[in-house]
Amino acid sequence: MKRFTALYTAIDQTTKTTVKVNELARYFAAAPDDDRLWTVALFSGRRPRRAITTTRLREWAAERAGIPLWLFEESYPIVGDLAETIALVLPPPTRNHENSLSDWIASLRALDKKDDDARKTAVLAAWDQMEAQERLVFNKLLTGGFRVGVSRKLMTRALAQATGRDEAELAHRLMGDWTPDTTTWTTLIEAPDASADLSRPYPFCLAHGLDDTRPEELGPPDDWYAEWKWDGIRGQLIRRGGEHFVWSRGEELMTDRFPELARARDHLPDGTVIDGEVVAWDGTGPMPFNALQKRIGRKRAPKKLLAEAPVLLLAYDLLEEQGDDLRDLPFATRRARLDALLMDLPQEAPLRASPLLPFPTWHDLSETRAQARGARAEGLMLKRKDSPYHAGRKKGDWWKWKLDPLTIDAVMIYAQQGHGRRANLFTDFTFAVRAGNDLVPFTKAYSGLTDAEFRKITAWVRKNTLQRFGPVRQVKPEHVFEIAFEGIHQSPRHKSGVALRFPRMKRWRHDKPLNEANTLDDLHQLLAQYG
Amino acid sequence: MVLEFKPQGIYCPTGDFFIDPWRPVDRALITHGHADHARWGHGRYLATQAAAPVMRHRLGDIHLEEIRYDEPRRIGGASVSFHPAGHVPGSAQIRVEVGGEVWVVSGDYKTAPDRLSEPFEPVRCHSFITECTFGLPVFTWTDETTIATEINTWWAANRAAGKFSLLGAYALGKAQRVMTLLDPSNGPILTHGAVENTNAVLRAQGLDLPDTVAVTPDLKAADYPGALVLAPPSALGATWARRFRPAATGFASGWMRLRGVRRRRAVDRGFVVSDHADWDGLNSAIAETGAENIYATHGYTEIFARWLNAQGYNAHVVPTEFSGEPLDDGEAA
Repeated sequence: MKRFTALYTAIDQTTKTTVKVNELARYFAAAPDDDRLWTVALFSGRRPRRAITTTRLREWAAERAGIPLWLFEESYPIVGDLAETIALVLPPPTRNHENSLSDWIASLRALDKKDDDARKTAVLAAWDQMEAQERLVFNKLLTGGFRVGVSRKLMTRALAQATGRDEAELAHRLMGDWTPDTTTWTTLIEAPDASADLSRPYPFCLAHGLDDTRPEELGPPDDWYAEWKWDGIRGQLIRRGGEHFVWSRGEELMTDRFPELARARDHLPDGTVIDGEVVAWDGTGPMPFNALQKRIGRKRAPKKLLAEAPVLLLAYDLLEEQGDDLRDLPFATRRARLDALLMDLPQEAPLRASPLLPFPTWHDLSETRAQARGARAEGLMLKRKDSPYHAGRKKGDWWKWKLDPLTIDAVMIYAQQGHGRRANLFTDFTFAVRAGNDLVPFTKAYSGLTDAEFRKITAWVRKNTLQRFGPVRQVKPEHVFEIAFEGIHQSPRHKSGVALRFPRMKRWRHDKPLNEANTLDDLHQLLAQYG
Repeated sequence: MVLEFKPQGIYCPTGDFFIDPWRPVDRALITHGHADHARWGHGRYLATQAAAPVMRHRLGDIHLEEIRYDEPRRIGGASVSFHPAGHVPGSAQIRVEVGGEVWVVSGDYKTAPDRLSEPFEPVRCHSFITECTFGLPVFTWTDETTIATEINTWWAANRAAGKFSLLGAYALGKAQRVMTLLDPSNGPILTHGAVENTNAVLRAQGLDLPDTVAVTPDLKAADYPGALVLAPPSALGATWARRFRPAATGFASGWMRLRGVRRRRAVDRGFVVSDHADWDGLNSAIAETGAENIYATHGYTEIFARWLNAQGYNAHVVPTEFSGEPLDDGEAA
């Protein structure tokens, strides 16, 4: 565990990617197999099952620290991290230990079958053997959530550096639903056949936002294909060995959530992998994202929901055909093969090709883009015709060209402190629109301001708190912010009657007094127009 | 009341003076020279002899009267004396006695000794106005020797890797305290102008600081390979720091105890060095005053007052509008 703690600390202490990769590579080259397998698992979001509730952990930590629970609870939002708060309040250790990372994980998992008293004894004993930093790591194992600023990509690069293997191949090996229980370091990283697992998806190719780049800078339009950018969830449909699997971009296996896609088995031959967008479909086009949201929330959708929000896959790439990996072929070729594969599919098949949008000039395309909302899309995707299917986000070949967001000027009425890097700063806000003399809350937003602005608003919140509700502070309605969002939908669950998609703070409108903020009527007008 | 909270600051009606006021007043008793305590524009100042040079340096030509620690002084109907606060050189707690009732204003204080400041001395009183910048149980400090080892090990490793060590520390007090922890055999110590100015003032009043080289515009960084560069936090990200490349960056502050603040600062290393009392320090200092009434100011006042009340004290929160603007977190502290 000391080796892993040292790795965690080294990564945490630097902001430079090269240093992180070197530290990881050094660790991977030297750590025992069980430990490095767990490390790969933890850094790719595969954490051990939570054996103890955080409520218990808080109680035990407060008791051990000799402070009342309320004082612990007050400290937590200021530290911004539960594992860290526990590590900091505990008294110094009285003993030492020599257990490895996998030893500790094994003993944590054994707690699953024990009663509360035995768990408490074990956890208190563990805390008493560790320095603050090691406790923090241990608590992270207890509470889940290992976010340390190491992306999957960085870890894969470090693995490649440590093992001398190809980075793209390693990325592929790490995909899928393995856990340290179902595999070994040798099988996962070193064994000869990377695609031994039938269900294993390919790493997704990701696009960059076009942002300030003008499309004209991308060269002749003829080098590019354009498609709608759909507002669904990115998915990979895998058809192998007589079965089918559906993976989300977050590498969650969603096969059972979308039973409609099982019918793809009737239409696709074995050895096929398709990349596309899962959308809820009303027969003519995609439904708003919140229809799909209901489906994502249910492990198995009831009949009524299946009828209300049926899904299909809008296919845009072919990654595997007859068992061959096509990713190195030019996109134009893959796309032609995809079209050939889907051409004869009947109307009721649960997948169809996402149409290519012809454009003789970039100007024509920008006019097409302006029609995106009408097509129920959130913008355009641009893909270079001769590009391979990259693993991960690589700049230059795939671009998102989204619509400009909708905006509304709203009043900040509640504030809450953030977590992690934003601990001790007020960063999470609730916004309202005006309705007569009332203020009606309609959205929360957390991002979009600079650190300096967050510091400024934090100082203001501290001095302008009207009431406290636990960690939430009601503040004086005074500051107006421009809220940007991608979509607006009716929502009976919200007091305002609307729900926004991807709301964020676009600008702090110092120039606008309270009475110039938008009204509930304005909001409803947007709903009528774009909902 | 011996002392009252007024919009200008803490006020003694019997002696007609203010303590650390943040709006201009006629007569100000100042606990120490930090900008949020010693402000410009008062008619008359009273501060310790050890705090006076820095105050003159910062505030220029002010009407400043000096006082020794423990020296009794009569102001109007009030008896006043200054006592070491252990925060920075010259820092004081101010004791005010009227008709047998004793109040103490802590100013900023630190109970653990360092190698520069006059060590903190508890003062018995009935009412204690205490800062609580770090008044949460998550704030506990490690000892001076451990911190010294951490910083020197970091410095030596950077040097071995061919890097400068750029260390951010508040120019008055914190930077000098860090200097006393440095092992000069590691290499030269360079200082930003703001730090060096304070060094000069403190050296002139007899404080023992290691040798430093002031960074002037014509200084060639290449002449000082592996140097440790001490600068105010704000200079770290500025053009000023660019001449020291490659560099590892560090920051010395009590706030570095929190990983979130450390990450927000985006420095390579955070060193937990504070010139304020930690949780245990605050609690022991308050107990040693023997005071029944505690007024919490500057920090997590509501939480801290609630805790003190549960410990049997009669604790109050000094409302923010009566305690001035705190500095940005992590700048000083």
